[in-house]
Amino acid sequence: MSADRREWPLYEVFVRGKRGLNHVHVGSLHAPDDAMALRHARDVYTRRNEGVSIWVVRTDAITASSPDEKDPLFAPNGDKVYRHPTFYEIPENVPHM
Amino acid sequence: MTTTPAEPELQERLQAGFDATIARNDRIEPRDWMPDDYRRTLVRQIAQHAHSEIIGMQPEGAWIGRAPSLRRKAILLAKVQDEAGHGLYLYSACETLGVSRIELTELLLAGRQKYSSIFNYPTLSYADVGTIGWLVDGAAICNQVPLCRTSYGPYGRAMIRICKEESFHQRQGYELLMTMMRGTDAQRAMVQESVDRFWWPSLMMFGPPDGESPNSARSMAWGVKRNSNDELRQRFVDMTVPQADALGVTLPDPDLRWNEERGHHDFGDPDWAELAAVIRGDGPCNAERLRHRRTAHEDGAWVREAASAFASRSAEVAASASAGPSGGAGAR
Repeated sequence: MSADRREWPLYEVFVRGKRGLNHVHVGSLHAPDDAMALRHARDVYTRRNEGVSIWVVRTDAITASSPDEKDPLFAPNGDKVYRHPTFYEIPENVPHM
Repeated sequence: MTTTPAEPELQERLQAGFDATIARNDRIEPRDWMPDDYRRTLVRQIAQHAHSEIIGMQPEGAWIGRAPSLRRKAILLAKVQDEAGHGLYLYSACETLGVSRIELTELLLAGRQKYSSIFNYPTLSYADVGTIGWLVDGAAICNQVPLCRTSYGPYGRAMIRICKEESFHQRQGYELLMTMMRGTDAQRAMVQESVDRFWWPSLMMFGPPDGESPNSARSMAWGVKRNSNDELRQRFVDMTVPQADALGVTLPDPDLRWNEERGHHDFGDPDWAELAAVIRGDGPCNAERLRHRRTAHEDGAWVREAASAFASRSAEVAASASAGPSGGAGAR
């Protein structure tokens, strides 16, 4: 039990449910390398036709925004109401808009 | 993970943010701040749940070679493979809380983390495969459906995937028992005997009565648990009684009867001393289950080592050939 202390790296798994949809994050798994990660992902996350395509990516390759920065990061678009269609008043009698 | 306790003001602000998220019935996500006790409770519960799935492969796995037809073998194999998958979904969810998979495995092997008491009972006859699907997985579904709405995001998402698959588990078990009930007297007796053995341990799966479940109230306040043990136990009994009637078996409880006033079934108390003993490690199969898990882990060591060796060797070869990463055909 001591020889394999080195844990296999962690991978995040993304699955495209069907054609026309984005890949969606479904979970993670450990694998020794990229090829095995893909095989494991198939066995763990798509046993019942849940997907037509899988991405695996090493967890340590992902850069994520920090929840602590949530406000400063997303605040700048909070006051830009003119980016939304409802900002503009169009007369009732103008069709198809 | 937030480590700097800094000023008490910051602590208060973080706690308030957490409380507000829970109060809105919103989800806590891995990188959010959370109280240490919340994290500890989740690690304990999710790990126990993951271990249960993995240990739970054993009682039924023992019947794969002896299942009576290729059809039944294939079904059982698929089911046991699902349990492995469920264990992996849950380990994955647990790892988002900052513990490693190796740590969890070692805690299980050392007997320092628990798994569900039910898997410490033996599977003595083939009918037990059906009974486990019907009663044990039925009870698990009762427990797990509300957990799809648990407050910790990754746990809830794992539960959603698990619940989708549990339905197959329960139905294959019930269908197996129906098939046996259409067979010979000996087969019907085998089903009844199996149900007699598994009924009370199935009721114990919901845990001790509410009055003796010290952590329940806090877990409910945090939205980790959504229903009390006794509520879920009652729901399970009410669901199961008509299924037993349709199957043509009796449930071994003289106190089991419909209570018009309550709109629920009354039922007897499981032997709580037995549950305590099984949890303590004195159930019929505790030692055997852990021994088997340890052996499987040690027997697999060379596979893990070989895969690691192959991976590092391939990386060296690729580096010395200064070739780019394989399969770089563009992900999109």
